[in-house]
Amino acid sequence: MLSVRGLKVHFNVRRHGVFGRRDRVRAVDGLDFDVSAGRTLALVGESGSGKTTTALAVMRLVPITEGTIRLGDDEISALTPQRLRAIRRRFQIVFQDPYSSLNPRQRAGDIVRTPIDLMGIGTPSEREQRVAELFAAVGLRPEQRFLFPHQFSGGQRQRINIARALATQPDLVVCDEPVSALDVAIRAQILNLLRKLQSDLGLTYLFISHDMAVVEYMCDDVAVMYLGQIVERASRLAFFRQPLHPYSVVLMSAVPSIRGARARAARRVRLSGDPPSPIDLPAGCRFSNRCPAVADRCRREAPELREVAPAHWVRCHFASATEPPVTTGLEALTSSA
Amino acid sequence: MVPLLEVERLDVKFHTRRGTATVLNEVCLSLDKGETLGLVGESGCGKSMTALAIMRLIPCPPGKICGGEVRLEGENLVAASEARMRRVRGNAVSMIFQEPMTSLNPVFRVGEQIEESLQLHKGLRGRHARERAIAMLKAVGIPAPERRVDHYPHQLSGGMRQRVMIAMALACQPTVLIADEPTTALDVTVQAQIFDLLRDLQAKHGTAIILITHDMATIAEMTDRVAVMYGGHVVEQGATGDILDHPAHPYTRGLIACLPRVDGTPEERREPLTEIPGVVPSIWQLQTGCPFMQRCPSAMPHCASDMPPAFPIAAGHWAACWLHDATK
Repeated sequence: MLSVRGLKVHFNVRRHGVFGRRDRVRAVDGLDFDVSAGRTLALVGESGSGKTTTALAVMRLVPITEGTIRLGDDEISALTPQRLRAIRRRFQIVFQDPYSSLNPRQRAGDIVRTPIDLMGIGTPSEREQRVAELFAAVGLRPEQRFLFPHQFSGGQRQRINIARALATQPDLVVCDEPVSALDVAIRAQILNLLRKLQSDLGLTYLFISHDMAVVEYMCDDVAVMYLGQIVERASRLAFFRQPLHPYSVVLMSAVPSIRGARARAARRVRLSGDPPSPIDLPAGCRFSNRCPAVADRCRREAPELREVAPAHWVRCHFASATEPPVTTGLEALTSSA
Repeated sequence: MVPLLEVERLDVKFHTRRGTATVLNEVCLSLDKGETLGLVGESGCGKSMTALAIMRLIPCPPGKICGGEVRLEGENLVAASEARMRRVRGNAVSMIFQEPMTSLNPVFRVGEQIEESLQLHKGLRGRHARERAIAMLKAVGIPAPERRVDHYPHQLSGGMRQRVMIAMALACQPTVLIADEPTTALDVTVQAQIFDLLRDLQAKHGTAIILITHDMATIAEMTDRVAVMYGGHVVEQGATGDILDHPAHPYTRGLIACLPRVDGTPEERREPLTEIPGVVPSIWQLQTGCPFMQRCPSAMPHCASDMPPAFPIAAGHWAACWLHDATK
């Protein structure tokens, strides 16, 4: 369904005076991934890893520096603005912040109807009918169409966002951290809704999140991002059975859990420092300055994404399917299971 | 033994043009030295209000503490003068706020912001204050503190800003630290670093911590005891282990069940999440009876008329729910 090859998104930032040298932020630096129809790929990573930029690039909402993005048979990275408009109904996005992503002066029903109006789908009465259906599908009452966004709670606003994304009957929905701004109790409602809509409508999701527990609940495949690159890509079962990249292990062990929480915390793999800036990338492996299992080779030589086990790709010189990368981390993980 | 901090039947009301809203209703908490107490609940349940009430930082008007006591080492802070409170805040009791970007002053260097409380409470000036600020930055794990002390908040990452907030809060070695969702804006790996830091500092100085969060997993990891809040009431309180293993209030059960699981088999981890239907009632909708009634799966007719008192479940563990009324 969605196929991304060699995607790069670089931004120029000025740093050294008005006429000075321009620096490049390599927000996304060479991504390859596929999402098959009806499945969910989760992009995981910390802030600054390029997850959201990838989402925006797939939506053609940021200029793409290099690479191709194909949706079915159409190369959306190469379309003219007119063609892009026509094809936009097939891919839609749900944004992270339910507060700033809705126009406060538009009524909820109008917000959801706008995409249908813009695409010129059906007659006005059919559109009104469709809005009512969408409201029912996302669990809002039809009479709530006439309310303004401020009259809804965070979870309800995210439902409006989802209804708007579904209005044009898209194939692909990009979900950019759809639940991270919500309370835990409401989070469960929205996650369940997204899964139900996927099975009812056969949607394909590109699901972006930093929360490993949420990712496991939602996805079929996982891609872990670090500083604009994918460092590990695998199916859900393979990844959560045994993450192989040291960064994935660290990320997994940082997730707090209800069961055995204290013991888990004590055995946690500690990660020091912050990620390096995407302007001055370290030579060699991008994770080398924080990696608990770093070796000399990592600082000299940048690893490629290798297929370590069938369909399990890892960007690490030392990753192997038989030997866990950071033993202490894996103990922490297995003890919780 | 008298607890370090005791909150007893604390009532907070907001008087506005729309009428009077009861924001906190007979909240009772206690905190011993070196202990971590968790306050958990969804937004709008009164967690942050409790913290602000303890610090006497509730905007007044419209808010007002209408009853109850907050006793810090026996001294009732509700009755204390404003001058006395200024000496308590940031000194004996200090607070870490949720958003490190909005709670640091963008036009002052971080060192100056740490030095401010040292000047006010400890009388340190000039070089001494600066040295102490650098030592604090070092203690919270900021690399190159001699350089960072002269940086402005925008030059630091989110995790570093939160560390600065912690350094500010701990500068005067408070006996009680209130941390209001200290990690919600941060990545999980940074969250783990901040938790490690709080645990280390607590072990070193015996600081008592009140940790406010909406995440039960954080509670499990960080706290010794927990108070679950809903609609301005504490609805369940007890040792963290007891509450996680045997949650007695339907709201607590819901909070635990709605988390995606990270244990169990891969199939179990994909079972649909248990939802708590509906949303937190607004403070204007609260009526008589149990505030959780509309969302409760086990609601009974008399839940609507009477607020349940605290029923004992086990030693040091109680829940305000009619399900545990032994007389019925």
